[in-house]
Amino acid sequence: MRPFRQSVNARRASDHLGVLLSTLATSMILAAAEGHEDAGGFHAPSLSDFFPSAIAFGDTIFQIDRVWIIRIVATIVLLTVFVVAARRAKVVPGRFQAAVEYLLDFVRVQIGEEIMGKERARRYVPMLTTIFFTILAFNLTGVIPGLNLAATSRIGVPLLLALWVFVTYWYAGIQKHGLGGYLKANLFPPGVPWPIYFILTPIELLQILVIRPGSLMVRLVANMVAGHIMLVLCFAATQFFLIDSAGTGLMAFGVLTLPAGIFVTLFEVLVAFLQAYIFALLAAVYINMSLEEEH
Amino acid sequence: MAARASAANILAATEEPEGIDLFLPAGYDLLWSAVVLVIIAVAFYRYVLPPMNKVLDERAALIEGGIKKAEEAQAQADKALEEQERLLVEARTEAAQVREEARAEGSAIIKDLKAKANDEAARITETAHRQIEAERQAAAVSLRSEVGALATDLASRIVGESLEDSARQSRVVDRFLDELEAADGAEAPRGAVPAGSSKEA
Repeated sequence: MRPFRQSVNARRASDHLGVLLSTLATSMILAAAEGHEDAGGFHAPSLSDFFPSAIAFGDTIFQIDRVWIIRIVATIVLLTVFVVAARRAKVVPGRFQAAVEYLLDFVRVQIGEEIMGKERARRYVPMLTTIFFTILAFNLTGVIPGLNLAATSRIGVPLLLALWVFVTYWYAGIQKHGLGGYLKANLFPPGVPWPIYFILTPIELLQILVIRPGSLMVRLVANMVAGHIMLVLCFAATQFFLIDSAGTGLMAFGVLTLPAGIFVTLFEVLVAFLQAYIFALLAAVYINMSLEEEH
Repeated sequence: MAARASAANILAATEEPEGIDLFLPAGYDLLWSAVVLVIIAVAFYRYVLPPMNKVLDERAALIEGGIKKAEEAQAQADKALEEQERLLVEARTEAAQVREEARAEGSAIIKDLKAKANDEAARITETAHRQIEAERQAAAVSLRSEVGALATDLASRIVGESLEDSARQSRVVDRFLDELEAADGAEAPRGAVPAGSSKEA
C-alpha cells in the first residue's frame, strides 16, 4: 500500500500522464486493428463493437441494446451474491460468507481505512464498496463468455460514478471548510510564493473541476476499450489462422495467437480488478484531500 | 446532448464511429447507467452493508465477551489453584504436627506401660519372695518340730535315756537347732553336709 500512496501524492503529474498514455495505447491498438481490416475473412475489432445496434426503442432515450443486457446480467449476479450473503449472514461464517466478507473487508481496510483512517472512512465505506464492486462486476463481463464486453467500456457508468465521486468530494470539502475555505485551501495552497499562484491556481481549479473526475472516467473506459480490442484481436486472429486458413502455412501463427488470447484474458481479469481498485482508491484519496486540515 | 447522442446513434448504425464517441455519452446510455447504478447503490446501502456490519459487530462483541469470560475463568482457576496449594501446605503442616504428637504420645504410652510393667514385675517378685519366705518359715517350723521329734527319738534310742520331760526335750532340741542354724549361717556345714553325705555314700 505504501508505494501506492506515494504515487498518489504524485498524482497531479500522473493524472495527465495516465490519460495521455491510456488514450495513446488505445489509438495505437485501434490503428493496428484498422491495419488488419482489409485481410479477407478476418473480423477486425472495431469501435462499432461498443455501439451495438438497438434491440428495442431504437433512437430514443430508452434504447435497449447488448450493453444494456450485459449491465442487467452483471447487476443481477452482483446483487444476488451480495444480498444472499447478507441475508444469510451469521456470526459464525460459512465458506461463502467468509469469501464475501473477505472482499468487503478488502475495500473497507485496504482502501477506506488505509487512505482515510478509521474514523473518517466509516462514512464513506458504503460508497467505496458500491463503486468498487460495481466496477469489478462490470469489468469482469469483458472476459465472461457470452457477454464478452465490459459493461464499463461505454462511458455512461464510469461517467456517473466519476460524477458521484466529484459531488461527494466537493460536498465533503464544503461541509468541512465552507465554500470559501475549501476553495482557498485548494486553489491557494500555503507555502508558495505569491507569483506562483498565477500559474498554480488555474491548474488547481482545473484539477478539482475537470481533471480528477475526468481522469477517473477516461482511465476506466480507455482500459476496458483497449482490453476488449486486444481480446477480439487475439481471438479473431486465432479464428482466421486456425479455422479459415486451415491447411495453409498461416496456421503456424495460430499457435501464437491462441496462447496470446488466453494470456490477455487472464490479464484482463487482473486489469478488471486493478481498475476497480484504482477507481475506489482515488475516490477515497480525493475525498480525503477535501477533508484534510491543511494542504 | 440529445443531438449528439442521436448523432452517435446514426454513426453507429451507418458507419464506423469515431474514437471520440467513446467518451461522449449518449442519452440512453446515461439513463440506463443511472438506473442500474441506483439499483446497485440502494441494494448495497440498504440490504448488503447493514446486515453485514451487524453480523461483524455481533461477532466482535462475541469475541470480546469470550475473551473476557476466558480471562475471568483463568483468574478463577488461578485463585483456586492458589487456594488448593495453601490448603495442601496447611494439611501437610497439620499432618506433620499430628504425626509428631502421635509419636510423642506413643512414646509416653510406651514409657508408662514400661513403668507399669516394671512395677508389676517388681510387685510379683516381691510377692513371690514373701511367699517363698513364708513357706520357708513354715517349712522351717514344721521341720523344726519334726526334726526335733525325730532327733529326740533317735537320740533317746541311742542314748537309751528317756527324755520324757518335754521341757528339757525342747530345750535340747532348740539348742541343737540353734547350733545347726549357726553352722548354716556360716555356710560351712552346708558345704560340709553334702561333703559328709558324699563321704557316707
